[in-house]
Amino acid sequence: MSNSKKKTVLIQSMDALTDDVFSMWLKDEEIAANATPGQFVSLYCNEGSRLLPRPISICEIDKAVGAIRLVYRVVGKGTEEFSKMKKGDTIEVMGPLGNGFPLDNEGKKVILIGGGIGIPPMLELSKHLTGEKQVVLGYRDELFLEKEFESYGKVYISTEDGSVGTKGNVIDAIKENGLDAEVIYACGPTPMLRGIKAYAIEHGITAWLSLEEKMACGIGACLACVCKSKEVDHHTNVDNKRICKEGPVFNALEVEL
Amino acid sequence: MNTKVNLAGVILNNPVMTASGTFGSGAEYSDFVDLNRLGAVVTKGVANIPWKGNPTPRIAETYGGMLNAIGLQNPGIDVFVERDIPFLKKYDTKIIVNVCGKTTEDYCEVVERLADEKVDLLEINISCPNVKEGGIAFGQNPNSIEQITKEMKKRAKQPIIMKLSPNVTDITEMAKAAEAGGADVLSLINTLTGMKIDVNKRAFALANKTGGLSGPAIKPIAVRMVYQVANAVKLPIIGMGGIQNAEDALEFIMAGATAVSVGTANFYNPYATIEVVEGIEEYLKKNHIDNIQNLIGCVK
Repeated sequence: MSNSKKKTVLIQSMDALTDDVFSMWLKDEEIAANATPGQFVSLYCNEGSRLLPRPISICEIDKAVGAIRLVYRVVGKGTEEFSKMKKGDTIEVMGPLGNGFPLDNEGKKVILIGGGIGIPPMLELSKHLTGEKQVVLGYRDELFLEKEFESYGKVYISTEDGSVGTKGNVIDAIKENGLDAEVIYACGPTPMLRGIKAYAIEHGITAWLSLEEKMACGIGACLACVCKSKEVDHHTNVDNKRICKEGPVFNALEVEL
Repeated sequence: MNTKVNLAGVILNNPVMTASGTFGSGAEYSDFVDLNRLGAVVTKGVANIPWKGNPTPRIAETYGGMLNAIGLQNPGIDVFVERDIPFLKKYDTKIIVNVCGKTTEDYCEVVERLADEKVDLLEINISCPNVKEGGIAFGQNPNSIEQITKEMKKRAKQPIIMKLSPNVTDITEMAKAAEAGGADVLSLINTLTGMKIDVNKRAFALANKTGGLSGPAIKPIAVRMVYQVANAVKLPIIGMGGIQNAEDALEFIMAGATAVSVGTANFYNPYATIEVVEGIEEYLKKNHIDNIQNLIGCVK
């Protein structure tokens, strides 16, 4: 039996960070004990017409208290339902799922990059890496979580409208600030990850990317959430890897974006 | 209490199995359920060679259901025989291999390859709506159903299940054609072809544009079709389409299904199969029914 079970857990808090980005803490010692940065959980709706779990990345892990924090954007009716839940309510969850970021970076100089709702998993990761940490956060407009990164590294911001930091995207911010690193860790929309992969290859930097795709089961059975892999995958025997099972974190050289 | 059912001479411990494509080859779900408790595991469709499947997004949720257009991604028969059959042989459950292909020759190759493997039944998928060639192309015309069923029967050493599509005007014609071709068992229904549009992106929700609708939303259609087919042919039927609990499963059995498959429910409740097994047992006990046979087709 794996570590993951579907279970009902207590919501410890629910706070709005922006109009559509919410933060919640879920109390579960087992999930907190097993979770690592970059993993995700499946959240289930109470409304029976919404069948499928919503995969949400883990933003923070508090092993002492036995709780995990999820920061998510309301993008549809399922996430809207979650946002209306309150402290003291319960929610069905399964996890932790997938493979997180590799943490054995031997004190190397790193850049952590988060784009939009890809920012939350970088927060827990930033606590675990030793060595010099530079954090690049890309937003459309409204900022969230940016202050929480300040204890762990120097924070650089890009916004599409230029209201804060570099006008443009995370690569523009890296270039404008002349950042360099031996390893990049990133999570965000696919076009951003594609740009980071190209940048990393050009500069000879190792890059670990966290991908997302529509999922049904979250445990590797349905084959909905595949990405193109460079080599024939051991499990699928074609050049497809399952984001939920082999990922969501991949070495940039493993995957075609 | 007897929950055993007979599918073409293969005796299942209980009538509950998995629907092809929703359970992999069982390995992922063995973390959640005891596969020994299932009547049978029906594997994801396997072809003669590996298939890459369709581009993503491959799924979209709809009201009470979901659309999928996975495109029958599979590792091919060689890997399947080496890895998946030995895994399933460790369990006290029947093994049903779902077979897919683009041409009659593809199907024949897989069926011949499985002839000497220790699998119990073969389910021939002539009803996948998500691949351009093969699949549903065979399943919407009575003559081609009869022909491909005959070809399968010539080559197979195991009993043959023909899996029927609901995307037809009269499913009983298709069922009769499969019976005429020598099918041993029928399974129905496969998914209904559907479409979803993302109005914010002004685009199709699926890369494939269309996909197969499954889940609780389709259950009444599936129960109706099982009832119609049960009254049109003499073959045992495996009923499926939106089953998420024992009550759903019992509807199919009472409509005439000898066995039932749990499909989409596995995705949102990995314990669904076992809950159906236990729920049926409780129903039998509560209603003092000593043999599940007494329920099959009991609603006329």
